[in-house]
Amino acid sequence: MSCTQTIADYAFRSLGYGERLLPRSDFTLCQQFTLIGSGMIWNIYFGVLALLAGFVLATAVAMGKASLNPVLRKLSEWFVFLFRGSPLFIQFFFAYFLFLSLKGAYPFFSPLTSAAWGALIVLFLNTAAYSAEIFHGALQSIPKGDTEAADAYGLSGWARFRRVVWPTMLRLAWPAYTNEAIFLFHATTLVFFAGFPARQQKGDALYYANYFADKTFNPFIPYPILAGYFILLTLVVIGVFGLVNRHLNRHLPQEERRKLRLRPQAIR
Amino acid sequence: MMRGRIIGSCSDPAALEGFQWFICYLTTGKHMNLYYSFGTVLLLLAITAPAALAFGYGGAMAARSAFAPLRWFGKAYIAVVRGVPDIAFFLFFVIALDQGFEYLRHKIKCPDWNEPIRQGSDFVVCAAAKLPPGNAPQWQHETYGFLLAVLTFAIVFGAFAANVLYGAMRAVPKAQLETAEAYGMTRKQVTRRVLIPQMWVYALPGLSNLWMVLIKATPLLFLLGVEDIVYWARELGGTKTPNYTQYPHGDWRMWYFFGLLVFYLAFTKLSEVVLERIMARLNQGQATSGGEAQRKAAA
Repeated sequence: MSCTQTIADYAFRSLGYGERLLPRSDFTLCQQFTLIGSGMIWNIYFGVLALLAGFVLATAVAMGKASLNPVLRKLSEWFVFLFRGSPLFIQFFFAYFLFLSLKGAYPFFSPLTSAAWGALIVLFLNTAAYSAEIFHGALQSIPKGDTEAADAYGLSGWARFRRVVWPTMLRLAWPAYTNEAIFLFHATTLVFFAGFPARQQKGDALYYANYFADKTFNPFIPYPILAGYFILLTLVVIGVFGLVNRHLNRHLPQEERRKLRLRPQAIR
Repeated sequence: MMRGRIIGSCSDPAALEGFQWFICYLTTGKHMNLYYSFGTVLLLLAITAPAALAFGYGGAMAARSAFAPLRWFGKAYIAVVRGVPDIAFFLFFVIALDQGFEYLRHKIKCPDWNEPIRQGSDFVVCAAAKLPPGNAPQWQHETYGFLLAVLTFAIVFGAFAANVLYGAMRAVPKAQLETAEAYGMTRKQVTRRVLIPQMWVYALPGLSNLWMVLIKATPLLFLLGVEDIVYWARELGGTKTPNYTQYPHGDWRMWYFFGLLVFYLAFTKLSEVVLERIMARLNQGQATSGGEAQRKAAA
């Protein structure tokens, strides 16, 4: 079987299109590259959607944490503590079994037991909590002069937030937020190992890499392929976030612009 | 019927109700296994934390080395482990280390074996090279699996620790090192007497973050084939019918995982408090903003 044929059969296997059966013997490099790459679709799906939705909630929670209202503040603090203080792995398991019992009581909730929805919600809340902490830190370090200038111009409420507080917060938080995005993409590989079933073997990149390693008993091929895909993905994330970073810093003189620096932070 | 009412007696669970049923239920043999597996988690942390610190120290020293290939190795170790999802490393190393050990033993113990080791989808070594030996008791298999997991954790978290320590070593004020040199210390003495004692205050924020991450990575033991808390929570929580156990119940996995969630939240909270105290202790007399704040508060 030629490699183009393999690509045609398996390129969208992770979504359920193409060949139904996974290869069972005589595994070729082409099959491994194609299937693991096909699985990356899920990693990108989870990462991009959770990041976009999480960004909005994170801004709200960061504002809540900095709010003068004690109820809002406590709620935000608990939300952040709950999701940052416990392992994502356990959060997935708990959420999956919670959704299962909800489904038992009200069939309305049945979509949540699929990875596409249930895991996405967990990742969304998780990244919102981590990002909120980053945004909150940035909010605390907004230069006093900036907000005083806003007051002097007579800005208040929404206009003050929209024109001064928010852009400065983003600018300060962006390097750390880039790291968060990278590790969120890494965290998406946990989904199919933590309760959520890969129905009809529609899984993510790690799911297929693990499949090949189990079948061939040779971890030295599928995992490096997976690593290669993830390094590429990481480079793309850094590139895109770097563009945004340039946009956020465009008003500053050259030497004051904050460079993106990558800091370690592993599993949640 | 009477015997079931005696407090503390669990011989007839069907006759128990409410609180007492739960007391009996939560002390069955299988639940004891769940509680022991919390010990497994703590044991893993107790072994892995110093091991990862040792790996990290080695990695940081390698990355600072004057000998170029060693420096490249140190930097590559840090960069590769950080660039790829850790869970992929966990899954990879457990098989790769196992096969690596067996391969080495195979080369030493069976030098006259002439068949290839990889035969299609099989990894074949001679019987004497098997780890642990085929006829070993169950506990040896479990210990071997656990040690593989510990080594895997140490390698992965060692890279993160190396990165933190590498940064901390560079953060120690140059003037302090130069002063030590001015006192006539050799390079080794400067490292041992000044650099290492002074780097901790700069390393601690990174290391405490790493400790939190390590705590939150412990449930991944489950993926490495160790019977840990996740394993037992799934096992015990599943629906039990009366002909399978004396304590039938529905699907309680949600509650078991809720329990684990609470355990981890409490554990991270406790760690936060302890680490804050250590940081306050380390800040004493240091030329950092934390140390400065302490001085001002005392004055």
